[in-house]
Amino acid sequence: MTPDLEAIVAEAEGAFAGTAEPAALEQVKARYLGKAGVIPDLLKGLAKLDPEARREAGARINAAKGRIESALDARRESLARGAMDARLREEALDVTLPGRGRGRGSVHPVIRTWQRIEEIFGSIGFDVADGPEIETDWYNFTALNNPLNHPARSMQDTFYVEGTDSEGLPLLLRTHTSPMQVRYARMHQPPIKVIAPGRTYRVDSDATHSPMFHQVEGLWIDEDVSFADLKGVYTNFLHRFFETDQLAVRFRPSFFPFTEPSAEIDMKFASGPLEGRWLEISGAGQVHPKVIRNFGLDPERWIGFAFGSGLERLTMLRYGIDDLRLFFDGDLRFLRQFA
Amino acid sequence: MQFSEEWLRAMVNPSLGTDELAHLLTMSGLEVEECVPAAPAFSGVVVGEIVAAQPHPNADRLKVCEVDAGGEHLKVVCGAPNVTVGMKAPFARIGAVLPPQDGKPLEIRRATMRGVESEGMLCSARELGLSDDHSGLLVLPAAAKIGSNVREVLTLDDRIFTIKLTPNRADCLSVLGIAREVSALTGSPLRVVAPPAVKAASADVHPVRITDPAGCGRFTGRVIRGVDAKATTPDWMKRRLERAGQRSISALVDVTNYVMLELGRPLHVYDLDKLRGPIDVRFGRKGEQLQLLNEQTVELDSDILAITDDSGPIGLAGIMGGESTKADLDTRNVLLEAAFFFPDAIAGRARRFGFSSDASHRFERGVDFDNNVAGIERATQLIVDICGGQPGPVTDNVARLPERKPVAMRVERARRIIGIPLVADEMADAFARLGLSTVRESERFVVTPPSYRFDLEIEEDLIEEVARVHGFDRIPVRPPKTPALMRSRPERQRSLHEIRAALAAADYHEVINYTFVDEQWERGLAGNANPIRVRNPIAVQFAVMRSQLAGGLLANVQHNLNRKLPRVRVFEVGRVFRRSAAVADGPLEVAGVEQPIRIGGAAFGPAMEEQWGTPGRPVDFFDVKSDVEALLAPRTGRFEACPLPALHPGRAAKVTVDGRDAGWVGELHPEWQRQFDLPGPVVLFELDAAVLQDGLMPAYSPVSRYPAVRRDLAVLVDDHIPAGLMLEALKVGLPPIVESVQVFDLYRGKGVENGKKSLAFRVLLQDTQKTLTDAEVDETMTLALSIIQQRFGGNLRQ
Repeated sequence: MTPDLEAIVAEAEGAFAGTAEPAALEQVKARYLGKAGVIPDLLKGLAKLDPEARREAGARINAAKGRIESALDARRESLARGAMDARLREEALDVTLPGRGRGRGSVHPVIRTWQRIEEIFGSIGFDVADGPEIETDWYNFTALNNPLNHPARSMQDTFYVEGTDSEGLPLLLRTHTSPMQVRYARMHQPPIKVIAPGRTYRVDSDATHSPMFHQVEGLWIDEDVSFADLKGVYTNFLHRFFETDQLAVRFRPSFFPFTEPSAEIDMKFASGPLEGRWLEISGAGQVHPKVIRNFGLDPERWIGFAFGSGLERLTMLRYGIDDLRLFFDGDLRFLRQFA
Repeated sequence: MQFSEEWLRAMVNPSLGTDELAHLLTMSGLEVEECVPAAPAFSGVVVGEIVAAQPHPNADRLKVCEVDAGGEHLKVVCGAPNVTVGMKAPFARIGAVLPPQDGKPLEIRRATMRGVESEGMLCSARELGLSDDHSGLLVLPAAAKIGSNVREVLTLDDRIFTIKLTPNRADCLSVLGIAREVSALTGSPLRVVAPPAVKAASADVHPVRITDPAGCGRFTGRVIRGVDAKATTPDWMKRRLERAGQRSISALVDVTNYVMLELGRPLHVYDLDKLRGPIDVRFGRKGEQLQLLNEQTVELDSDILAITDDSGPIGLAGIMGGESTKADLDTRNVLLEAAFFFPDAIAGRARRFGFSSDASHRFERGVDFDNNVAGIERATQLIVDICGGQPGPVTDNVARLPERKPVAMRVERARRIIGIPLVADEMADAFARLGLSTVRESERFVVTPPSYRFDLEIEEDLIEEVARVHGFDRIPVRPPKTPALMRSRPERQRSLHEIRAALAAADYHEVINYTFVDEQWERGLAGNANPIRVRNPIAVQFAVMRSQLAGGLLANVQHNLNRKLPRVRVFEVGRVFRRSAAVADGPLEVAGVEQPIRIGGAAFGPAMEEQWGTPGRPVDFFDVKSDVEALLAPRTGRFEACPLPALHPGRAAKVTVDGRDAGWVGELHPEWQRQFDLPGPVVLFELDAAVLQDGLMPAYSPVSRYPAVRRDLAVLVDDHIPAGLMLEALKVGLPPIVESVQVFDLYRGKGVENGKKSLAFRVLLQDTQKTLTDAEVDETMTLALSIIQQRFGGNLRQ
């Protein structure tokens, strides 16, 4: 009897398709391909046939076996894919739920400004220095050509603290970052190129003045650093700090004991809420020869400029902050905005 | 310095508009702070003369006036009490627009008042916005032309300039000084003539002696007899004074103020009849007292320059006159004083007495020592014109005047400092415009400063003048050329900004707190009985310098809690201040004070922001310790229990790194928690910035190719034994094949005897040369256990 191989293959295919999981499939497989399965039985039956017929029948049975095996593989793969799909469906998350773990804090906006200034000036080779906030009279005033009777030295303007210096003068809280000009210059040889950001103090407390605030001092001393260079450097700085060249900058004559010529620097935005108004941003000038001498240098050979700017003011202009007191409240609702 | 444009333009009148003039002044260093109209805008108001006034038929308080408004006579109802026939007053015609009273400009319309038609309005000063005076009609000068525009009659289209003068420009504390500057900058001529000498009508003089020429260099005086001190100050003078911010007081005082503002020449008027003997200018003596014009009584000292007579001090030289010799409305005979006092003899003195005056403001900065006579002549002229009187001759005592040393300026130096190739001719021109007496030599100028300039002493002063007159805005904006040398920070050093970024990434917000704090914080929280006190604090809560950051951080927590923020994590990077005899003066040190930068933080509330899938719990010591450890990495800190005043004694640790004191971490003491009114614990830390910044260079060692072995060791020890000490002992005592030892479990409770704890250590072993044998591993673990047994009395947990 010639077995109906087509029917067997069709039956096997049907049986495979009827299985829903790998274990069942393997059981069904045994029925057709297992030791006592349909196909091995048929192959065993070949022995009774003459060689000619055996070869011919063997070939047909093997072809059928091949088709059953392919059907089996296909089903295996399909079941595996189905299982994976089911697992993936199962494991799917609501990816819109928020991530877990720790939040993120923030760096204070004034410090953000401080850091940006360091980066901007660092890009043309300025070093960064910092020094004492409790200062001596000499570094804060005398070395900077501030006369002994100057009103800035009064208790109405300067905070004094316990302790005296080697001259017997009371120690004070530095009123500007300028003492760092002198300290740094006395520690280094020209060319001197440094900025000194830091905390400063003045007896003043109202809506627009804080008794403690921040300044950044800049100093560049070399053989031919001129007022025109000051204009170049500071204008360039403002353009980079505010990230726009559409910013008018003007220098107008002013007076500081430690510079000569001295300039007040104003800037004007081309757009935004402060558009069109001149805003004072810095005091600057060519370092006074007496100060250069106090650096321990010869003013005939070494010249250069210095400037001092308020970090709070730069920060307020940069971010449109309208209340100075926010900087010192530690209010998270404000600070978080600078994360 | 405040003045009216009209006054300035009387002296120099360049063809510039008001705004251009203001800009010019600002850009030359005389910053115009404000430039405002002298009077608000109004129109249609003319000089009217009241030619008749009848009672109003239907109202007792009103009058019906006939007003001559120039060519036509109009009927006006008016309620002002000072209406008199023949007076001239501002008359607002029908259609006139007056300044707003309550927001909107007032337009004058034909109106019927109690049955009588009124064809306009007679105005008070307040109705024109000129002052608050509403007591009656503004009385116009009899000479005012009827029908002419009141704005012209009263020069109301004037502007008031306020200039913020820098202290070096005392020469601009007068209209003349400003005019000189405008003339120099514009080339427009100065229309000022030296005041003509007023001929002496008598030989009357008052003797003056200068005992201390170091204080008083010159004293010019003049007697004027028979003045009428009650005379009225003329309107033009009042107006200029008022627009310069000076209230009119009396004719004599007004004249002195006027001359001071006009010429920059402070004057003083004495009542001659109240002087006792000759005037002597000398330094005061301790114990001498003087009652001033402002009724304040001051005590003199040997550095206070005084005007004296036989009765003692009668005035603070250059600051304020005395009450006893003051000229008042009954004064008949006066002595005028125009002195020169040296700035050093005046500076700071008024301030010491707690006030300032126009005179001291000027003398402190430097007053022209060459215009004393001119000032006296000008004042004499004005007094004689207004108050009458017979002047005596001018007496001029010159004791010692400031030197005016010639100052040289090299052309090349000026170019080098300014940074542009200015030609010498332009420099010469600048000096000429400024009226500086200059000698031009081949490559330099020698300038002798005038008597009114106190700010030209060195070469740079002259360079500044050249740059100023050239115009700062004409100096190019030039990016400098310089050798392009690179800079770098030492690799192992961490910047404070990196540390800040790490803390921000660890969920802390940076704050900036005042470095002066409440003394209670220092004494209590910091346990500092002797903080550095601020000698002049702005408030008691800012009385001392902080020696630690905690107080401010706790105040930050409190501030945010009060604003309903339940979770606060803040940090600050800043200096603290401690007395220290060990600190000597140095490049970055001030003797006696240690001022290290510290990094402090505070964490309050839930360990993590409330979130799904994570059970909430309050932040604890170990959360913050982990933040501290992360900051210290790659170095490892040593934590040792150590009580601190601010902290819970059982939850406080001192941190050391390689033997250096690095700071502390701990939970706020419950007592302080109560005092700061905090509903839960706060964990604080404070670390030394220098230690944190001192990082490590990465040290490479070969990665082992042989497998690592992990062994666990669970031991029972007494509860009080610190795990850290056990870890250290194991790390030190075990051979180098031990890669790491870590605590991975801590257990107390059921199954563990009371007073004991179970600690589980994970030991990782690895050799770089070979695979470890079981024997080696077992031997090492036996050693580990014996260390625990011998050093800490522990046992293997069964």
